[in-house]
Amino acid sequence: MQAHRRQTLWLAALIHRLSGLLLAIFLPIHFLVLGLAIESEAKLENFLRWTENPLVKFAEMGLVFLLTVHLLGGARLLVLENFPWRVWQKLFATIAVGISALIAFGFLFRVM
Amino acid sequence: MDVRLYLAQRISAAVMLPLVILHILIILYAVSDGLNAVEILERTRGSLFWGVFYGLFVVSAAIHAAIGVRAIAREWTPATGRTLDYGAVLFGLLLLVLGARAVSAVVL
Amino acid sequence: MSQSQQHLTVSVWRGKSEGAFQDYQVPHLENQTVLDIVTWIQRYLDPTLSYRFACRVGMCGSCAMTVNGTPRWTCRTHVSKVARDGRLKIGPLSNLPVIKDLAADMTAFFEKWQRAEARFTPTKTRLDPIEQIPPSSPARLAASAAIECINCGVCYAACDTVRWNADYLGPAALNRAWTLVNDVRDGGQDVRLRAISANGGCHNCHSHQSCQVLCPQNLNPTASIAGLKRLTAAAFIRGGLK
Ligand code: SF4
Ligand code: SF4
Ligand code: FES
Repeated sequence: MQAHRRQTLWLAALIHRLSGLLLAIFLPIHFLVLGLAIESEAKLENFLRWTENPLVKFAEMGLVFLLTVHLLGGARLLVLENFPWRVWQKLFATIAVGISALIAFGFLFRVM
Repeated sequence: MDVRLYLAQRISAAVMLPLVILHILIILYAVSDGLNAVEILERTRGSLFWGVFYGLFVVSAAIHAAIGVRAIAREWTPATGRTLDYGAVLFGLLLLVLGARAVSAVVL
Repeated sequence: MSQSQQHLTVSVWRGKSEGAFQDYQVPHLENQTVLDIVTWIQRYLDPTLSYRFACRVGMCGSCAMTVNGTPRWTCRTHVSKVARDGRLKIGPLSNLPVIKDLAADMTAFFEKWQRAEARFTPTKTRLDPIEQIPPSSPARLAASAAIECINCGVCYAACDTVRWNADYLGPAALNRAWTLVNDVRDGGQDVRLRAISANGGCHNCHSHQSCQVLCPQNLNPTASIAGLKRLTAAAFIRGGLK
């Protein structure tokens, strides 16, 4: 990897971009699934039964991670851009990944 | 990205900040005893609060994601100018339509 | 040269955008900068090697190159700090065309300073009294924090947004614009705010801070650009960007 990329905040920007991209790809699918309820409650229910598959639960854990990490990363950027400069950028970015992982595991724990 | 897109991107982000926090909390709360359609729809059907909540969510997400994906396409694909703009508008509209359909499905 | 003389293996970029790295053996001295190495090669091994420098003391900003993958000012970069296993790899700054060997073509870099309106627009003549600016005023403090740029292009070479979006004005031009935005004597504010709000302007910055990490003057272009984002967004909302 090129040297200017080997630093926490460059990685944070990459994580923010990739999580956003994956969430954007997931959104239409998410909406289509909820839209099943238009046809009937049973259709939605059928789909939800399918999501009980452990593999799907793992994928959902990934989604919870992506959402949380994008949320916290975005919050950091909003603060960075709109308030006086703060020096804790790297620390916050690292903690954001940690918290997101914790919440994602918390999710897995709750569904297991 | 110019100042207009920037503002739309950041304002939609700020709007979604509390929405996403609540969304994550609901996910963690709701999944504990398995998801089921009846439970979800009982909470949302006919509720003004959840209607506004998810409605606002869909509009902000459509704006935010369309601009975000446009920025990525600008830097990581050869697309420029019109292609980018049309692509972003189309993607935003897709999210808006599918999202509106989903909200009406669970709220109405 | 003493018997115990150590040598460095130095790979230097030769050619234009098409070219190759060529290895040279250079004596390793105790107190030696990367620029000393390049100069030694040019003096003693290959007079056709092209590179650029002027002051040799970190003031002019003309000696920046890519050293072991990282953009650096070579006259103030000690070999002992950057050499790994007795090896050095020296190339021209990235994100710019290569004129020849280690000399990058800075034209686009400086054109963007102009495009960003990053130049002083005077409002007074020499007949007017000198404007008094309190050193502790917030605007003066903001300008002071960003003013010591030597135009070396290190930040520009380290910025992936520049790499991926040829329109982006880049950290140095925007940082300079920020100092002018905070200069109460300047009369070009409206034009400048419009210039940096357009396509390719400050709003493209992703706040990686690669520019800040590597700026030899310890400036923080990311913070300057954040300031510009605030200012332009506020101006747009007030309708002041028309
Ligand atoms: S913070 Fe902005 S200017 Fe600095 S490297 Fe990243 S995109 Fe470029
Ligand atoms: S901001 Fe720093 S790295 Fe960029 S040109 Fe100026 S001195 Fe060089
Ligand atoms: S030669 Fe002037 S800054 Fe290096």
